[in-house]
Amino acid sequence: MKRLLILGAGTAGTIMANHLRRRLPKSDWQLTIVDRSDKHLYQPGLLFLPFGTYSESQIIRSTRDFIPSGVEFLHEEVESIVPSQNHVLLKSGKKLVYDVAVLATGSRIAPEETEGMLGDRWHKDIFDFYTLDGARALREKRKNWSGGRLVVHINEMPIKCPVAPLEFCFLADEFFFKRGMRDRVQLVYVTPLSGAFTKPKATKTLSYLLGQKNIEVVIDFNAERIDAEERKLVGYDGREIAYDLLVTTPTNMGDLALRRSGIGDDLDFVATHKHTLQSLQHPNLFVLGDATNLPSSKAGSVAHFQAETLTENIQRFIAGKPLLEEFDGHSNCFIESGFGKALLIDFNYEIEPHAGRFPFWFGPMKLLAESRLNHWGKLFFRWVYWNRLLPARWIPGITRQKSVKPRAHES
Amino acid sequence: MKKNLGGREIEVNEEGYFLNPADWNSTLAAEIAKEEGIVDLSDAHFRLLHFLRDQQAKGVALTIRGVGKSGVVTVKEFYDLFPGGPLKKASKIAGIPKPVGCI
Repeated sequence: MKRLLILGAGTAGTIMANHLRRRLPKSDWQLTIVDRSDKHLYQPGLLFLPFGTYSESQIIRSTRDFIPSGVEFLHEEVESIVPSQNHVLLKSGKKLVYDVAVLATGSRIAPEETEGMLGDRWHKDIFDFYTLDGARALREKRKNWSGGRLVVHINEMPIKCPVAPLEFCFLADEFFFKRGMRDRVQLVYVTPLSGAFTKPKATKTLSYLLGQKNIEVVIDFNAERIDAEERKLVGYDGREIAYDLLVTTPTNMGDLALRRSGIGDDLDFVATHKHTLQSLQHPNLFVLGDATNLPSSKAGSVAHFQAETLTENIQRFIAGKPLLEEFDGHSNCFIESGFGKALLIDFNYEIEPHAGRFPFWFGPMKLLAESRLNHWGKLFFRWVYWNRLLPARWIPGITRQKSVKPRAHES
Repeated sequence: MKKNLGGREIEVNEEGYFLNPADWNSTLAAEIAKEEGIVDLSDAHFRLLHFLRDQQAKGVALTIRGVGKSGVVTVKEFYDLFPGGPLKKASKIAGIPKPVGCI
């Protein structure tokens, strides 16, 4: 009996467990998945939690409900991975020997990387919304907040779901408008990038929206530290940005188990082949989702597309066949723009987000433009996530490689 | 597109980044630096420019964090040497492509 080990039961790991259990014969392959948590968090929902749009029960389920039968789930913490010996050590002292391992260990926020971020004021007037604790604390804070300068900040790229901080600005604009206090809230978006988003064309559309909604944008800002007493961000270039309420996206890093194992880069992400998803160091180690060092977005849609390629490649690896160099960086995501509208973007390593329709070239949803249907798409997506995406079932119109290409007038 | 630098025609992109790092030399670096508002390139500037060129040649993705951890300069010193957007500015002066920020 051989063993395939999946580390991490988030979006990427859970999808892999479902794909692989169907493809690898039970008589030959034992499948084991390990995670420190037995709660599965619908991470896109964290954006909505502070505004009260979603309740916690809508975004948290039991991890076990999504692990197929025939896959062993270990609710344990990984101590380290020892690829040279093909084994993984757990905190409990248990040793798991593997033939093939999949790293789906995700990314985490690392507020400790920025001086002054973690301290007395953390979750008092400095918040994140990338963790359940952070989103909860922010929800409580906004209940009694009387207004002032709300600064939404990205500390350093890359981050998980790179559009989420922008969406937070748009949703905050709507929220405070509806409460009749938008005139008492100054909204500021602070980014280390040279524009609202990482890709120039989408930046143009998003900058227009930011302007329309009266959200101030500060670009090229790299925070050296946070002065929590004086409530200001201090940049390496000497600029200072005052806040009353800071919603920050701290530096994102890979799981600490990767650092303990010496297989991460300076952000604890793993060197991965761009198109095959094989580790660049160890042939029987594969990586997907947020844990890779790839220049693709850290997003659930990316993990979903990668999982299809990786499932094929693991079977090929086992059979001793050459791997498919197939993954193209495909990413697809909704951008909530407030007041019941959203944008949809579709892109890959080479093709920037562009205008057009989705899915196919005629589909009902608009690309890179605001529409109500896109917003309903985003809300409906929660159902899709629990019922189609995690169990790795077919989703109509969604292909792992980017299939909708911009036509001449759309690019 | 082509750009005239120090009497030579250099292939650059629309933002002025070199297409061929091999076209670069220290005289050209000084020319670009002037355009970027840095009057004198010191030894400290050149140490960093060479470091960036070496890293780029090895295919390492350049980041401000990476430079800060390199031991060549701290992030603070990097900002002092190339005020404003240090990585973008330094890459342009070093004759290498614009760093792909991220996604």
